[in-house]
This record gives sequence, C-alpha cells and structure tokens, in this order.
Amino acid sequence: MLKYIIPLVLFIVLAVFLALGLSLKPGDIPSPFINKPAPSFSAPKLNAPDEKLSQTDLIGKVWLFNVWASWCVSCRSEHPILNQLAQKNAAVIVGLNYKDDPNDAKKWLQTLGNPYTVSIMDQDGRIGIDWGVYGVPETFVIDKKGLIRYKHTGPVTAEDIQKTFLPLIAKLQVES
Amino acid sequence: MKRLCIIFLLILSCNGFAVDYRQFSNPEQQETYETLTSELRCLVCQNQTIADSNAELAADLRRQVYEMIEQGKTKQEILQFMTERYGDFVLYKPPFKGKTGILWIAPVIFLLMGLIAVFLFVRHKKKSSNIGISPEKQEKIRSLLEKGDRS
Repeated sequence: MLKYIIPLVLFIVLAVFLALGLSLKPGDIPSPFINKPAPSFSAPKLNAPDEKLSQTDLIGKVWLFNVWASWCVSCRSEHPILNQLAQKNAAVIVGLNYKDDPNDAKKWLQTLGNPYTVSIMDQDGRIGIDWGVYGVPETFVIDKKGLIRYKHTGPVTAEDIQKTFLPLIAKLQVES
Repeated sequence: MKRLCIIFLLILSCNGFAVDYRQFSNPEQQETYETLTSELRCLVCQNQTIADSNAELAADLRRQVYEMIEQGKTKQEILQFMTERYGDFVLYKPPFKGKTGILWIAPVIFLLMGLIAVFLFVRHKKKSSNIGISPEKQEKIRSLLEKGDRS
C-alpha cells in the first residue's frame, strides 16, 4: 500500500508547487514603499527647466507618478491609456522622464499627446533609484498625505485602470 | 576549425564582467566595492549581480555604491539604502525572517527527508533479504540442489 501512496503524495506535492509557479510573476518585485512616504525629490520640469517640482508641492492631492522615457517601447503602448485617464481628470498625473534626452521627450509628447499635468526630468536616474524603479514604465499612486499606496510595474492596461486605478483613486479622493 | 573554436570560446569568456574604471582612496574601499557589487542583485536581469550585469540600472547602482563608499558610508549603511528602495530581493543573501525563512529552512528539511528515506530504505532491504524461510524449507532447498548436482 505504502508503495503506491508515497509516489502519489510526492507527485501531488510537486504538482501543487509547479501549479503555483505558473501563476507567479518573477518580474514583479513587491515594493517596500507601500504605505510609506513618497521619497523626496526636487527636479526641473521638462517644459520649464528653470522651475522645480518637489513632492511637498503635491501634498493634499491624490496623484499618480508615472515613470516614462521616449526610448521605452512599452511606454508607447501605455501612452494612449494614460491620455484617456487624463481626460477623466481623476487625479493629477506627474511624469518622471527617466534617463531621457529632453528634446526627444518633448517631441514624443508633441506627437503622442501629453497626459501629464507636469513632467520632471531625471537624466542621471537618481530619482529613479530613490523610488526603487527597475523597469520602465512604472506607476505609483500617492495619497493626499504623501504616502505611496500602490505601485504598478510595466505598462498599465485599460483593464488595470478600470479595475484597480479608478476605484483606488476614488477611495483616496474621499480620504482627508 | 580547432582555432576557430578556441577563438569563439575566448569571445564567450570575455563578457563575464561589466567593467567600469573606478579609483579608490584605499584598498579596503575597493574590497568593499567589490564585495557589495557582487552581493547585490541586478533587478532587470534577475540572475546576475550588479557587478556582472551590463544593464543600465546595474551601472547606475554601481555608481551609487561607489559614491556612497567615497562618502565614507559603511557596508551596512549601503545595504540598508538598497533594501529600503528595492526590498530584500536586491540581496543575494537575504536576511533570515518570516518571509524568507523557507529559503533558509527548506534545504535542511529536504536533507532530513532524504536521510530518513535512505534509512527506511536500507532497513527495509535488510529485513527483506532474510525473509524467514523455515528450517524445513531450507532443508528441502538444499536437498533439491544436491539432487540437481548429481544429474
């Protein structure tokens, strides 16, 4: 009897682990920033390099922080979705133009449309490191108190907007 | 053909490391730099350290490590800086705690399971090798063998 049970148990254990493995996304690294204050920055704006934006300017607002670059292919697929989101005026969208050439970035926004209330420049990637950015595009949701509440790695899809972003933003807008 | 093969293998062996030229004020700092960059995982190409990877992020993280060493930060402070931003995932040697416990304990559990299995198997073998054959049966076997010999 034992002769049949042991291989069966081993098989089931192995099958369960493999099945769990199928649904894991090794590319998604959990962010240590959830429910922590947004890392501080003070960076020049893309359209007005003399002016700077810092995270304290956004206290009291629900905002999205979207990391993008003109060299990033998946940002291009995400772009129309962000344009649609911007039209809904659900939240302020701040862009982090990551390791990009400002001229390329401006051209990109001119041709594809500009969903960002403001974009700031991070040419040497330091703000990126402070925010734990490892794959562009990435999108953070920050609440009115300046706490990071959600992070999405990779291009945002229309489904993500409907199922995750809009409900979360609505919830955060009600919070004081 | 042989020469071509050797050249090809040499080319393959070249791209093992991403090399930056860095100047350190003292050899200890260089050593810290080298251990740190080989203990930190590149998050883009997840099975490489930042010392091995040619990804842009890895280059930025190497620069970050270098600058922090030059500022006189300790190894512990630099590792903390990285885990605050990228989580334990960035460490090739994760700390022992609730979430990472299974990583550390699992090998020991598998070793124990293996040892127990071997022990049981050997004991089972020993038992079955001298399955009680009654003296009468042994006698019969012997006589049969002897008869066989005569023919």
